[in-house]
Amino acid sequence: MLDSIGVDSIDDLFDEIPAHLRAGVLEAVPHGMNEMDISRLMRERASQNSTALCFLGAGAYEHHIPSAVWEITTRGEFYSAYTPYQAEASQGTLQLTYEYQSMMTALTAMDVSNASMYDGASSLAEAILMAVRANRKSKSRKILIPTTVNPVYRKTAHTIVKGQQIELVDVPYDHAAGTVTLEQVKQIQAQEGGDITALVLQQPNFFGCLEDVDAITDWAHENNILVIAVINPLTMAVLNPPGNWGVADTNPGADIACGDGQPLGAPMSAGGPYYGLLCCKQALVRQMPGRIVGRTVDLDDKEGFVLTLQAREQHIRRSKATSNICTNQGLVVTASTIYMAIQGAQGLENTAAACFANNNKLVEKLTAIDGVKKVFAGSHFHETVLQLDKSSGRPASEVLAALMDKGVLGGFDLSLDYPELGSAILVCATEMRNDDDIEIYAKALQEVLNMSAATAAQLAESA
Amino acid sequence: MSEVPSELKYTKSHEWLRIEDDGLITIGISDHAQALLGDLVFVELPEAGTEFVAGDECCVVESVKAASDVYMPISGEIVEINEALADEPEIINSSPYDNGWLFKMRASAEELDDLMDADAYQAEIDE
Amino acid sequence: MLIFEHSSKGRRGAPQSPAEKASVTSIPENLLRKDSAALPEVSELQAVRHYTRLSQKNFSIDTEFYPLGSCTMKYNPRACNSLAMLPGFLNAHPLTPDAQNQGFLACMHELQSMLCEATGMSAFSLAPMAGAQGEFAGVAMIDAYHKSRGDDARKEILVPDAAHGTNPATAVMCGFAVKEIPTLDNGDVDLEALKQAVGPQTAGLMLTNPSTLGVFERNIEAIAKVVHEAGGLLYYDGANLNAILGKIRPGDMGFDVIHSNLHKTFSTPHGGGGPGSGAVGVAERLIPFLPLPTVTRDNEQYRYLTAEDCPQSIGRLSAFMGNPGVLLRAYIYMRFLGREGMVRVAEFATLNANYMMAEAKRRGFTLAIDGRRASHEFIITLKNEAREHHVSAMDFAKRLLDLGYHAPTTYFPLLVPECLLIEPTESEAKEALDGFMDALEQIKQEAESNPEILHAAPQTLPVKRLDEVRAAKQLDLAFKAEL
Repeated sequence: MLDSIGVDSIDDLFDEIPAHLRAGVLEAVPHGMNEMDISRLMRERASQNSTALCFLGAGAYEHHIPSAVWEITTRGEFYSAYTPYQAEASQGTLQLTYEYQSMMTALTAMDVSNASMYDGASSLAEAILMAVRANRKSKSRKILIPTTVNPVYRKTAHTIVKGQQIELVDVPYDHAAGTVTLEQVKQIQAQEGGDITALVLQQPNFFGCLEDVDAITDWAHENNILVIAVINPLTMAVLNPPGNWGVADTNPGADIACGDGQPLGAPMSAGGPYYGLLCCKQALVRQMPGRIVGRTVDLDDKEGFVLTLQAREQHIRRSKATSNICTNQGLVVTASTIYMAIQGAQGLENTAAACFANNNKLVEKLTAIDGVKKVFAGSHFHETVLQLDKSSGRPASEVLAALMDKGVLGGFDLSLDYPELGSAILVCATEMRNDDDIEIYAKALQEVLNMSAATAAQLAESA
Repeated sequence: MSEVPSELKYTKSHEWLRIEDDGLITIGISDHAQALLGDLVFVELPEAGTEFVAGDECCVVESVKAASDVYMPISGEIVEINEALADEPEIINSSPYDNGWLFKMRASAEELDDLMDADAYQAEIDE
Repeated sequence: MLIFEHSSKGRRGAPQSPAEKASVTSIPENLLRKDSAALPEVSELQAVRHYTRLSQKNFSIDTEFYPLGSCTMKYNPRACNSLAMLPGFLNAHPLTPDAQNQGFLACMHELQSMLCEATGMSAFSLAPMAGAQGEFAGVAMIDAYHKSRGDDARKEILVPDAAHGTNPATAVMCGFAVKEIPTLDNGDVDLEALKQAVGPQTAGLMLTNPSTLGVFERNIEAIAKVVHEAGGLLYYDGANLNAILGKIRPGDMGFDVIHSNLHKTFSTPHGGGGPGSGAVGVAERLIPFLPLPTVTRDNEQYRYLTAEDCPQSIGRLSAFMGNPGVLLRAYIYMRFLGREGMVRVAEFATLNANYMMAEAKRRGFTLAIDGRRASHEFIITLKNEAREHHVSAMDFAKRLLDLGYHAPTTYFPLLVPECLLIEPTESEAKEALDGFMDALEQIKQEAESNPEILHAAPQTLPVKRLDEVRAAKQLDLAFKAEL
């Protein structure tokens, strides 16, 4: 090969690099390993991670994933293929993506889905950018975001949209219901001068409470405000999906829906890869960022699939693209599509309903313990906020740490993001938790709280 | 070889302009521009009543492989848009100077004085 | 046939969900769904067979030579997948307390260190979920850096005209204006034009080196000097890091911030479009601005750094920690390679590309840039073939598919007419390279003798050329099942 090139050594191929800039030995990189040694290392590392019983949600959920899902997904033909730019050689990925788009629009009752964004939080950011482009009648670039929207989603959206003079305005929640009320939304709108570009609503919201989506959606549309829904797609098997929000005859439904696809076939995996779903009404399709697959025909009139609407994208439109996004989460979407196909609507409904029922059981058991109470009235889906009585003398973080010692991952500590709730945790029980699991949690919490009461008494005595 | 009607005015960014009998000014994209873009699949037009300043981006024409901004050659107000393009953007490919017009606007005729005539535009695209 | 068209009412993978639907009637009726979602109703076997069949309609690295320039389609070692999918990693909730997540955090901390060493940067954040998000983080850090010094006038990002489209799109997303810098015929940036362009408005320059034209930027030191003297920062688009791994480090070239596409250089799977990972590295002065979270180690314990630790951070880019499963695969791959293997990557990737370039020239193809070393990729232009035989780069690409090769990147970079950007990667054996060059030569002959073969290609794939105009005009983006 060197002869064909006309050089004496491989090193000659690097002769255009200035010699004084050449790298030395990469000493901080260890020596290479073989597969036996790496396997040993990774098994050790994996075994150091927690095997606790999971009652934690807050944006990532432990669900059953059929074995077939990732066995098919990691076939080399899906796993090691690139973006389907050569359509004829990528019909597998393209058709699968079209099927995904079809399933996601069916689940959300929206008109159009793209081929996915990075995750739920970044898909909210892109939904906001999209709303600002689409709502040309609004000049304010102000977005109303209830504080019942997942705090990390709000933070991520802030990072991504702040360079474009977009203002995210908090809407406080009702402290009895754990949801935003139409009155509060109206009040903030008035305070901000009336012109609002879009409004975000999360269903179920971060507390697991159900927002009054119909009334707020209708009101928003009357006021020329676009509605961005943040959803957990699994719960949409049971809950009214965003495409049907509102009871007004004209212009029903959220304008954009986004959320995290993780509950549909992606393992928790320390935080990803998941994928962001992004759907919209037909009228907004040209403002949609990311890849979209369309169905068409070939020269013989045979059905086939291609990437379409590419003129919006960065590789063609460069600085005027709808977004800089290039990559989607193709492999995770592959898994999710197979997951939805195997479950069907009935499987998803049974799974979602089981989550609802198990969570209610968990809340019932835990609130039976002295000093533990439910904070918000009304229905809860998937997750519930519990307050730990101050008399226990310990902050939520300490209770959760003590539970962890007993092998229970007990929930999300709300005190950092919502200090007004005091010592409060967000608990969750999916279809994976059975009665025995719930019993283990209740027993552990009882012990932890007793222990703390005893410790508190001891401290009081010694003082 | 693309067509460049002699009675029209042109811009470097390939828009054409025609003063109509009623004094309105019709604007479209040139034969040369539509040929460069290829089969058009979508046109995003401004709304009637909108006012623009010369140089503003006022609409987007999109083919499979490109999306191109149309720049407002002159200042004025949009009075009418070509509704037919919503369903049949390919009219621009088949009839760029007649049925494929984009919009009509009200502006002072002096605005056209600085634009290119057909000969100058022909020389421009021959380069 | 779509999965929906296999549907039969009431069918499903029954063992995969609770047998009965628990009551949800305590939820107010107006909040409940009225009709079931129109999803397919198929058995588990039907789904498995359907998606197995679909997979067989893809070209992939595991099945074909895939010399897609700028995308670095190297072999994805199977162990990287199976070890990243050990239950201890898969079942970890992202909000697991750090103390119970030490195995994973240790891998991430070591990955940060190895990336620093391989690129010559001072610190890394693994948070960005793809190259474009890495670019976003990089440009947002440049912005934050200038603003932290009260230098609010820097509103412009410079981008060579050969750059990836994500570069200008990213700069605009971060609120900057974009100014393009021309490239010379020899592939180097036009240094004189750069000198004219910089000033007190310059926030930074985004550069890929080796460039998208497949050559090393020889004036990199002079470029760095011009940008730095104007007060701007230098951004390294790591798309082509594979060419120089272990040979020269972006940090030593003078770059202040870089992103690395782990799905290219570090072999995480492309997965039919993602997930990617665009880790960002910075020089000392930008460390406070790194996106969250990053992993640190104190008192023998690993932990995530938060906003409390890093008040000047540009913030979060995702709900949790980027794409951890992808990061694990990159970590495992780097441990396979080690320090010696990294250098071999660049050497063999460059050897393969230069060999193919020499072969292309010998077989009568026109190189876009002649007389220079190829990096890990090179460009041929088919403008002569297009003029003489009316065949396009697209026709060559489609004919290659018929002959069992994935096409190289076509029509990128935009500067070169009718181009094929060819990147063999280090994974491929000489036999594969020769086979591909034979195919390319055969197509060249067909173009001369019977160009119709090219126009009609592909003939052997599941579909022939598809009507993209119809797809964009008569939008059909979702199957609407009838209930």
